[in-house]
Amino acid sequence: MSIIIKALTHIYDKGTPNETVALDHIDLEIASGEFVGLIGHTGSGKSTLIQQMNGLLKPTAGDIIVNNLEITKGLELPKKQRKKYAAERKKQLIEVRKKVGLVFQYPEYQLFEETVEKDIAFGPQNLGLVESHVKQRVMDAMALVGMDYETYKDKSPFELSGGQKRRVAIAGVLAMKPDVLILDEPTAGLDPQGRDEILGQLKTLHDQEQLTVIIVSHSMEDMAKIANRLIVMNQGKVVLDGTPKDVFKEIETLEAIGLAVPQISYLIRALNEKGFALPDDIITVQGAIDAIQNVLEKRAK
Amino acid sequence: MIKAENLYFRYTEGEAETPFALNGVNLEIKEGEFVVIIGHNGSGKSTLSKLMNGIHTPTEGRIVIDGIDTSNEDQIWEIRKRAGMVFQNPDNQLVATIVEEDVAFGPENLGLPSEEIRHRVDEALDTVHMSAYKRKAPHHLSGGQKQRVAIAGILAMKPKCIIFDEPTAMLDPSGRKEVVQTIEHLNKNEKITVIHITHYMDEAIHADRVLVMDRGKIVMEGTPKQVFSKVDELRALGLDVPQVTLVSHKLKTMGYAVSDENLTVDELVAELCRLS
Repeated sequence: MSIIIKALTHIYDKGTPNETVALDHIDLEIASGEFVGLIGHTGSGKSTLIQQMNGLLKPTAGDIIVNNLEITKGLELPKKQRKKYAAERKKQLIEVRKKVGLVFQYPEYQLFEETVEKDIAFGPQNLGLVESHVKQRVMDAMALVGMDYETYKDKSPFELSGGQKRRVAIAGVLAMKPDVLILDEPTAGLDPQGRDEILGQLKTLHDQEQLTVIIVSHSMEDMAKIANRLIVMNQGKVVLDGTPKDVFKEIETLEAIGLAVPQISYLIRALNEKGFALPDDIITVQGAIDAIQNVLEKRAK
Repeated sequence: MIKAENLYFRYTEGEAETPFALNGVNLEIKEGEFVVIIGHNGSGKSTLSKLMNGIHTPTEGRIVIDGIDTSNEDQIWEIRKRAGMVFQNPDNQLVATIVEEDVAFGPENLGLPSEEIRHRVDEALDTVHMSAYKRKAPHHLSGGQKQRVAIAGILAMKPKCIIFDEPTAMLDPSGRKEVVQTIEHLNKNEKITVIHITHYMDEAIHADRVLVMDRGKIVMEGTPKQVFSKVDELRALGLDVPQVTLVSHKLKTMGYAVSDENLTVDELVAELCRLS
């Protein structure tokens, strides 16, 4: 399931004194099965971009094609002619929203049902599935986020810890069986263990269920560990796009736009200034240890 | 400044009794200290912070803030004046439609003369470097700026101590930096006692003391170097250490003469240069 974005522009409050360009001619293609980290400081356009990807926002200009469905078809036309495509667009949007699951920031605030099972079942029930299929989807979704069905199904979501609540919220989206999962800062506010659990499960979903995953994150360390591709945004534009190894080499560019690189990247750079000659694409703790050991052993000889 | 003796707390008593969220905490925080509290979700950190300015009162034991016992209800406003609190969500703490009015909210409620309020508001906004925004609407500010306005609101009350409950959890890296620098400035230059609760281990490295909580108890305590060198114990508690400390720790286990107390890039680089 691919997402193709062409010359996408989004302007909030167009024509008013508060006019803000949130997205400025974005061109992107996200292929099926990618694990993408979307980074950028607050206000760089990340959240606007992901809301475009499942049609929650209508762009000011440009095209979005999700799995060959052009959800922006006819939007560029004058109002009267636009109507011609309205029905078709609506049908496509319903399809796209089933396939592209969006998990907002702090999704646990959106839990509302009496029990975990009912909350997760809410989406599939609205698809008009029979009861047994709904139940199966709830059980599958809970298994995917590592929650035992029997233990948790009758609990109130509000008795759970922050990390558990968040997993229930993610399960609610997974129960719709999306092909693409987009998450806006899924680990914000969680402790290191809760964070590792969620990231581990997302990795499993990607590796085993072949989901395309797009994560908005402020944590460079997490993205270094988990993403295949990083897209860095600033002022509504994509400024860097590549593997984490390549992107984190751009320390100056990232710092200039209010971002940082993992502490490891700073360590490697500082050691290289002292003549260690380590490869400059190391971004993980283990990678650093291996490379440092290598140099120390050579020097010992 | 803060003294807790044999502190126990649970959220509900009686039939639907919940387990103790604080399970025998003994603690003394000196005036001017910079203390960081870490621990996984549910370890009791936030609960402890809420007992520090009288939002909750102890189930058993006692906690004394600047000489006042928090169970003394008549003194609750005095306690909150002396120990201010900044919370996680910047959007939940600002009440007014203009930045300076928001900062004035606290001192106005103290019934101070208007010149004094004016003076305190200007001074507080100046301290957090937000004077240029004093006539702006809070919702036009970034997360880091909103948190600094929230901090100014507390400063205008002239507290001796500020408790920060995960003030950076919802901010981006530059917002985090702004807030952390503000906190460090308040401690160093304004001599305010700081209790900072966080999940970001790198925010703990400049503290005088780090407290680690687990299951309602303080389980580790010491300087950042002492605490973070216990990599395996921290990991068993579901916590992290800074990446540099982790590299140092592993190199040490591999037999290299590297200290496992390194917290910064510079410290580790200096040692590795000496090695080779």
